[in-house]
Formats: sequence, structure tokens, C-alpha cells
Amino acid sequence: MAGSSTEYIKHHLTNLTYGKLPAGYERVEADGSTHVLEKDTWTLAHTGEEAGAMGFNSVHVDSLGWSVGLMLLLMVLFRAAAKKATTGIPTGFQNFIEIVIEFIDNNVKDTFHGRNKLVAPLALTVFTWVFMMNLMDLLPVDVVPSIVGLFGIHYMKIVPSTDPNITFGMSITVFAMMIYFSIRVKGIGGFAGELALQPFKVKNPALQAVFVPINLFLETIALVAKPISLALRLFGNMYAGEMIFILIALMFGAGLALGVLGGVLQWAWAVFHILVITLQAFIFMMLTIVYMSMAHEEH
Amino acid sequence: MNINWTLVGQVIAFVIFVLFCLKYVWPPLTNAMQERQKKIADGLDAANRAERDLKLAQEKATAQLREAKEHAAQIIEQANKRANQIIDEAKESARQEGERLKAAAQADIEQEVNRAKETLRAQVAALAVAGATKILGSAVDVEKHNALLNKLAEEL
Repeated sequence: MAGSSTEYIKHHLTNLTYGKLPAGYERVEADGSTHVLEKDTWTLAHTGEEAGAMGFNSVHVDSLGWSVGLMLLLMVLFRAAAKKATTGIPTGFQNFIEIVIEFIDNNVKDTFHGRNKLVAPLALTVFTWVFMMNLMDLLPVDVVPSIVGLFGIHYMKIVPSTDPNITFGMSITVFAMMIYFSIRVKGIGGFAGELALQPFKVKNPALQAVFVPINLFLETIALVAKPISLALRLFGNMYAGEMIFILIALMFGAGLALGVLGGVLQWAWAVFHILVITLQAFIFMMLTIVYMSMAHEEH
Repeated sequence: MNINWTLVGQVIAFVIFVLFCLKYVWPPLTNAMQERQKKIADGLDAANRAERDLKLAQEKATAQLREAKEHAAQIIEQANKRANQIIDEAKESARQEGERLKAAAQADIEQEVNRAKETLRAQVAALAVAGATKILGSAVDVEKHNALLNKLAEEL
């Protein structure tokens, strides 16, 4: 039982990976036989070990696929709403989208006071996309993997935000925009000054020169901590939530009584998780707006 | 858990999504919403204005009605006065006409009487002569007694 539980959990935490296996890698086939690859091979990883051996030259097909799929879904919905937008009375779906837009617009206006047309659409993107990616967590953990298992696909993680690649991809993009707008608004000098002349500021130039390296060190850490914390917060929350779903799902295989209890627990955790899903999407959006705001403000 | 090309893919997808929203989603939706807000505000303004206008119009209508009533009363009063005047005038003219007619009639009567008297005188003279002739049994010389007869006729 212990072994199979470990396998079950590992299986659920392994991405469907397509990547390059290096030459000389000893591949284990399904029937147990092995053969050594003669040259570099691009292929789907059959095991976690293979995925690990691929290193950086691989893509998580499931994470990226679900992420892009949800993006396309949102694009279609948004575009439909944008095309139907009139000054008349909005109905149904239109109303819903407009409520979301207004909610985000209000949050942006409350927090961000600079002039930048990019921030509000950026916040819309972040909030809706992260929300949709997190929402995948509410699908029972075994449903999609079982379905694609019928077609011979062994691994399928359907929640993109439990993949640090996805969360870091977003946070690094936000970070890049932050640096870009910082430099555009304040100039290279202003940006460098912000890094070097804070938080220790003295009037004596000689003394200030002593403080510059210290300031630079502290501010750089503070700066770099932003995208890392942004990505890890979302990843950590979603990964932990997913893990608990998987652990509860283990109870389904342990008799009727535990199975029923497991069902109740799944339901309870899912209800609680609705809060986490929304909250994490909101936090990611708010922090994005705050970082953009910081990039536009002179200190 | 490995960091790999997925990250780059996500960055590209993210940039595409943001640009898509920036270009094709955010502006049309927010513009429509702002325009609708403006429309609603205008509508409310118009409603307020209309209410005010209605009030003014009602006041104006009331004032005009009152004025019209006063005017009507005035006209009626004038008409009454004028009617009385006309009646008086008519009475007066009728009376005058009556008197005139009466006077004319009296003059006619007098004239008739005089004419009758004249005729009577002439006939009395003839009768007297005829009577006298019968009484006397002989012809009376008309020429002779004419003066007498005329005198008689005068006395009648």
C-alpha cells in the first residue's frame, strides 16, 4: 500500500514532458527491456526519471497546453463581449464580463495613479487567467488523467499554476515590465539611484559612498525578491492545495467507509479551495498593480 | 518541478494575452461602459430638466387659466352693460317712434275730419235747397239764394 501510494502521488505530480533525451541515455521500455539511445532524441518522457534527464531542453506539454487553452478560451469570451459591447442595456454574459472589468478597473484606479494604458489590461489578464488556471484544481484529481490515460498518455497535470514554470513565467514577465517602466519613467539614472541611494541616505558624499554598496545589496535583494515571492506564493498555495486533493483521493482506495469520508473531505476542501483560488488570483493581480505603481512613482 | 522551456512558452503566451487585451478587449469594453454611464447621466439630467419644465408649465398654465377667467368675467360684465345700454336705447327709440306715429295719425285724423266737414257742408247746402224746393213747391232760384245757403253751410 505504502509503495503504491507513493507511486500514485508521484504519478500525479509528474508533468507530461516532451523533451530531448541526451545520447547515451539508457531507456527502460514498458516491458522492462532497456536500450541505449545512440543520439539525442526528442520524445515524450515515459517516466519522471526521463523527464529529469531531459533537463532544460523540455516542455511541460500539459501545463503549457492547459494554460494556453484557457488563454484562448478567455480570449474568445473577451472578444465576444468586446464585440457585443454597446451603450444599451447589457444582458447576461455581457453583464458578467462588465462586472469583472469594472471590478478590475476600480482596483487599478485605487492603487495605480500613473498614466499607463497597459496596467488595467495587464491586471485583467493576470486576474482572469490565474483564476481560470487555479479553477482547474476543482476538477476531481483523477478525472482528466484517467480519461487521457485511455489514449495512452501517462501523465497529465491539469492545474498549470501548480507548475513553477507557469508562475515564474508570469512573475518574470511582470518583473520585466516593472524594470522597463521604471527606467522609462525615471530614466537609467533614476532607477540606479533608487537602487543605490536607499534606504541609507546621508548628506555627506564620502559617507554616502560607503553606504552605496550596502544600499545596492539590500535594494537588489528586495527587487529580486518581488518576482520570486510573486511566483512562489501562487505556486506554493496551488501546489499544496493540489497535494491535499491527491492525499484525500488516496482514501478512495481504502474501503467503503474511508472512501465515503474521502468524498466528504474532497467536497469540503473544494469548497474551502474556492476561496484560495479567488484569493490567490486577486493577490497576484493586486501585487502586479502595486509593482507597476512602484515602477511609476518617484521616491 | 524542473524549470525548462515551459517558462519561456508561458512568457510568450502571457505577452500575447496582455497585448490582445490591451488592443482588442479593454478599450471597446471600457469605452462602451463609459459612454453608457454618460448616457445614463444625461438621461437623468434630462428627466430632472423635464420635471422642472413641467412644473413651470403647470404654473404658467394655472396663471393663464386664472387670467383667462378674469378676462372672461370682464367680458361678460361689459356685455351685460352693453346689453342694458342697447335695451335702453331701443326703448327710447321705440318710444320716440311711437310718439311720432301717434302725431302723424292725429294729423291724418284731423285732416280727414276737416275733409268730412267740408263735404258735409257742401251736401247740407244741397239738401237744404232740395228740402226748401219741396216745401215751397217751386224752384228756388239757386243763384238767388246761393249766398244764403253758403252762409248756412258756414254755420254748420
